Order: sequence, then structure tokens, then C-alpha cells
Amino acid sequence: MKYVAELRDPAAMRGLLDRIAARVTRPWTIMEICGGQTHAIVEHGLLDLLPPELHLVHGPGCPVCVTPVAVLERARRLALHPAVTLHTFGDMLRVPGAAGDLLDARAHGGDVRVVLSPLDAVRAAQAEPERTHALLAVGFETTAPTTALAVELAARLGLENLVVLASHVRVPPALAQLLGRRREDGAGGIDGLLAAGHVCTVEGFEGAYPELAARFGVPVVVTGFEPVDLLRGLLACVAQLEEGRAEVENAYARAVRPEGNPHARAAVERVFEIADVPWRGLGVLPAGGLALRPAFTRFDAAARFPDLAGPAEGPAEDPRCRAAEVLQGLLSPAACPELGRACTPEHPLGAPMVSTEGACAAYHRHRPVPLGRRP
Amino acid sequence: MSDERPPPAPRGGDGAEAVSADPMEGLSCPVPWSRYERVTLAHGGGGRLTRQLVDQLFKPAFESPELEAELDGARLALGGPVAVTTDAFTVRPLVFPGGDIGSLAVHGSVNDLAMCGARPRALTASFVLEEGLPLATLERLVRSMGEAARAAGVRVVAGDTKVVERGKGDGVYIAVTALGETLAEVGPDRIEVGDRVLLSGPVGDHGTAVLLAREGLPLPEGLVSDSADVSPAALALLEAGLAVRCLRDPTRGGLATVAAELAAKSGHGVRLDAPLPVRPEVADACELVGLDPLYVACEGRFVAFVAPEDAERALAILRAHEVARGAPLVGEVVGEHPGVATLRSELGAERVLDLLSGEPLPRIC
Repeated sequence: MKYVAELRDPAAMRGLLDRIAARVTRPWTIMEICGGQTHAIVEHGLLDLLPPELHLVHGPGCPVCVTPVAVLERARRLALHPAVTLHTFGDMLRVPGAAGDLLDARAHGGDVRVVLSPLDAVRAAQAEPERTHALLAVGFETTAPTTALAVELAARLGLENLVVLASHVRVPPALAQLLGRRREDGAGGIDGLLAAGHVCTVEGFEGAYPELAARFGVPVVVTGFEPVDLLRGLLACVAQLEEGRAEVENAYARAVRPEGNPHARAAVERVFEIADVPWRGLGVLPAGGLALRPAFTRFDAAARFPDLAGPAEGPAEDPRCRAAEVLQGLLSPAACPELGRACTPEHPLGAPMVSTEGACAAYHRHRPVPLGRRP
Repeated sequence: MSDERPPPAPRGGDGAEAVSADPMEGLSCPVPWSRYERVTLAHGGGGRLTRQLVDQLFKPAFESPELEAELDGARLALGGPVAVTTDAFTVRPLVFPGGDIGSLAVHGSVNDLAMCGARPRALTASFVLEEGLPLATLERLVRSMGEAARAAGVRVVAGDTKVVERGKGDGVYIAVTALGETLAEVGPDRIEVGDRVLLSGPVGDHGTAVLLAREGLPLPEGLVSDSADVSPAALALLEAGLAVRCLRDPTRGGLATVAAELAAKSGHGVRLDAPLPVRPEVADACELVGLDPLYVACEGRFVAFVAPEDAERALAILRAHEVARGAPLVGEVVGEHPGVATLRSELGAERVLDLLSGEPLPRIC
């Protein structure tokens, strides 16, 4: 198995960089949506290698960052419940909630386990029927299908001891809100979007994106996560911008089909319905997330443990943290006065410093040398 | 001290009862020396069962005159300045692809001594056993430790055994203190601008193999821990009289952490140059679980900071050893960015290599 080497090949990267430089005639602001893309861009030093006319801003695509504090607090309380085992993806462990993180809950005796798949939680529920197993199910369209499969499997097995604390969110409504808000605020437009490739492997790009491209007049290029993928996406986006086009285009064809993954979408459709949900830092977004359908509400952790609800609104975020601006691409982490000073991975002021997909963590961890150098 | 010892004589008898619950096949005790199949609290009580464990399990595995002498400690005659290191070994699973906690305890300890410029001579081992551990498993691990110690030319000269209640340990913890004779003084304070950074082989194998085994994920063909004794290769550099400034093994935190720590401690810049050696199967597995191989632990690799004029000879010496067969030059000590380690990409973009924060966590998507 060998599938990343050619996508990090320096010669291929150099060729694409040259083609992009040859294409650009004026300044463009392009947003990559996914935090995984942000990390790859920063890690591979693309910001320093791209022509100076290209301004990259980072989008809201960090599932850890947008999970509301109230959900994290409920997860923490679930974890501390003596009869409950909390199953979570690894990078949720260190996200600060209202009163500590899940690692801290574990240190206080909570049974918190890291899963690589939601189905691991179903297996645990089968193996340990005396305990209630709660799955902290967060993430975008990418992770919702496996949560849906876990719920369906639990239903089929008749498991009464599995519950999900679901906080799945949908990307397109957030993009619409973000583009609209930026336009209203006069924050400077976003000329083009690199859509998150993995979200599109599930959702495809025929649904919401054509309307988004038309409504806001921006090219939307489905883009992958390796340096060569990202440069291909940028080249396609720049070509459209220079030619005055605003179309949906797939620069990640090795993984994404126009219709996405119908099986995964169907699983989500069976278990979840679209709902208005809060995003940390962005507020409640209309149709911005998913809620369990009535047939599955018996698996809803919030319904099963109503007394474990935290405050509906988390405590005020640290006033120094500017995560909301970072998540909307209004502030580059490099320009945040607290980056690497008051805010570090050990003592994060906000979620984007914790997550492996957080933009602040990307800038802190992979900061260029000499510090702050820009082309 | 380094006299060749014959392997333990094969012991006859197949009267041992198979321990069916144990996942490790064919590991039943060769002689039925205990009516117990599993470690009980009484094995740590200091009475007859403890004595049985020592006499019939530990002593035969370690073949050490110091243990046979049954003093409360060991008397050693060591020459020159003595180097000491101590380490506690906790790993799940106890047996992993390419090694086990017994051999790992020896490799980790002797490697730490070698990184101090010392030839490993003796070690002590404290075993913390969890009630319920199959004795066959313990025997396998202790034998493996004995074999690794003999291969490394060190003797286990003192030991201790404690048993903790079921659920209070991960089967076996081994705390090791190791002693060696110093050949040359090396350390971060000797690092100078211009020094070359040599690496003994590809990084990330151990941590990746253990993680995949622990999580029950399929192991790619050929991916095993790199756990090994690197002291002969490391000490060969010193014996050749090369200007070796500093030696360090990238265990927890991996190569990136070693670079960051040594940059900070030396006060100089350390620049690593891509591509750094990572086996394709390690790169792929790390990619799948969202880890960076530069931050993944090795247990059979080391980094050598060597004066520029000796770098080529050092590489030749390293490559003559099996554990460092593919040793490359990976970087340089620079006057820029003092105290900071960086990685320079093949396209020339340079970024900071930072210390890892907390344990590496697999990511969401």
C-alpha cells in the first residue's frame, strides 16, 4: 500500500506552484474550508511558496472547534456518571468545556474510552450490558454516517444500554451564513472556496454547492488534503477566477464522485433529520446540523439523562480568545496576539488550539521560520 | 563480564498444563513447578511462593552469579566513571510485533546507557505483577528479558517482585536501573554550530506497531517494532575516536521531540532536512490513524551529533552495524534560530518542530 508519496512529491508540487504563479494576475482571497486542509497548507509551507497575490484564509471546518460548550459539558457529566462509559474520538479528550476536559474527567474516575469507530461503542455495549455506553458523536457529514450505522445496529440488536450524544453539523449552511455575513460586514469578500474533499466523498457536490456558487459568485473547487491535491485545487480555483467563472469543479476526483456516497447518505437520512443547531463561535445556524429522528430518540443521551444537561449557554469564552473570528476566516491565527503566548496547546484559550484540525494549532505547531515570514 | 554464556539447557518434561486462556500459544511452563497457573497475591508475599518464583523462574532465565549469591544487593566491580539510568516499562500489549516488555526493558535501558557514552554492564529489575497474570506469560517475558540481556552483554544482578491486586496493573510493569562504564563524555552542551545530525534508521516503527497491535488494527506486512540494542553501533563511534558531541535515542516523542529538546538545551538551532526516513508502511499506518511519524516512539534508533569532518566516517561505521544499516545524514546544527529545531521541506519551506503536547491522539476524520 502506497498512497501518499506521490501526492507529496516535491517535483509535482514545484510544477503546480509554477503553473499557479503563471496564472495569477491580481490578488485573490481563497478560503479552504476544512481544518485538515489548513494543517496541510501550513505544515508543507505552502503559504510561503505560493505567489504573494494569493491570500488564503482558513474556514470553519474543524469539528472539534465548532462543537458547543454545552455538548462538551454534557459529555463531561456523562463521563463522570458512575454507571456510564463515554466513548469518544481521541481529539475530543482535550477540548476545554465548561469545567474541564474529558481527560480531567477520566482522571477523576470517569470511564472515558477512545474509539476509532462508533461501532466500537456498540461492541462495548454488547460486551458490558451492565453499563450504559454513551457515544459522543461529533463531526461533519464525514462522521455522521458511521454514527447512523451505530444507532441502526444498536436498534437491530435491541441494545437498551447504548446512547448517543450527537452533535453532527452540516457544512453548506455554515458556508452560506459565512459568505453572507462577510459580505454584509464588509469584511472583504471571499473570491473562491476550496470545498472539503472528505465531506464531498459523502455528500457529493451536486446538492448545495451549485446554488452557493451562483448566489455568491464564487468558484467552489472540491479539493483534497495532500499538498499536490491542494495545489491542484488552488490552480483550478485561480483559473476560474482569472477567467471570470464561478462554477463547481472537482479537483479531487480520485475520491469524490458527483453524487457522493449514496449508501452513506441514505444511512444518515434514515437516522437523522436536518435541524437548526448551535455552532460554537457561529451561533445557531438554520439547518446547520442533524438531530435523531423520532424513531431513534430512545438512543438520545440527552433524553436518557436529562439531569446531566449543562448550562444551555456555556460560560463566556475566554475574552482573549478570538476563535469565532478565526473560524470565519476573519483573523489569521498568525495575527492573533495570544498565539503561542497566553494560548498554547498546553493551556489553550479556545478549541482551535486543541484540535489536530484547529487553525490555531496548525499555526502554532508548524509555524514558519523565521517566525512570521511571509512572501 | 561479557563472557559468552551458553543458552539455558533445555529442560525436559512436557507435564505442564496448557494455559488455554492465554493468547500466546505454546507457552506452557516446561516443568510443573507450581500448582498455580496464574500469579496470586501470595507470589508477592515474600514466602514460599515468592521463593519458588525466584528460584524456578527468574534465576534460570537470568543465569546471573549475583542473583545466585542471594545477597540483599549485588556487589559489582566497574571500571571508570559509572553511568546510571533508570526507566519504568509499561506497554500494552505485553507481547507486540517484534518484541515484548521483557526485551524492551533491556533494550531501552542499555540504549539509554549508550546514549550517555557508556558500555552497559549490569541492570536491576523490579517486577510489579498483576494478580491473575498467567505464569506462562510471565515466564515467556522473563526469558525474553534474560535472552536480550545476554545478547547485550549485561547481567541482571538484582531484582524484586511485587504483586498488585487484579485490576491495579497492566499485567506486568518492569522498572529497570542500569549501570555502565563511561567511554567518552557526550551531551547536549557539547553540540556546536556546524555539527552534522546522523540518524541510525527509519523512525516510528515501534510506536506504530504497538499502537496498531493495541487497537487490534490490521498490521501492514513487515511492520514490526524496531526494539533493539543499539549500543554496539553507538559505542563504535566513540571507540573510533570520532568527535561525537551528543547521542540521543528518539523514544517517547520521537525524532521531532529529540531535535526540539537538544536545540533548546544546546542553545543552537537544529535543522532537519526532508525527506526523513520513514518506512512506507509506517507512513501509511500513521496516516490512517492521524499520527505524525516524526513524533512516534522508536526503541532501536538513535541520533548522533558529530563534528562535520567526522560525519562521513561516522556514517560508514554506523552502516557496518545491522541496526544502523541504512543510517542517513538528516540535518545540521545552525547558527540561525538558536534554541529552536526546524524541518526544511524539499522545496525549501522551513517550519518549527515543536515539542509534542500531551499524548498523540487519533483524530476524528
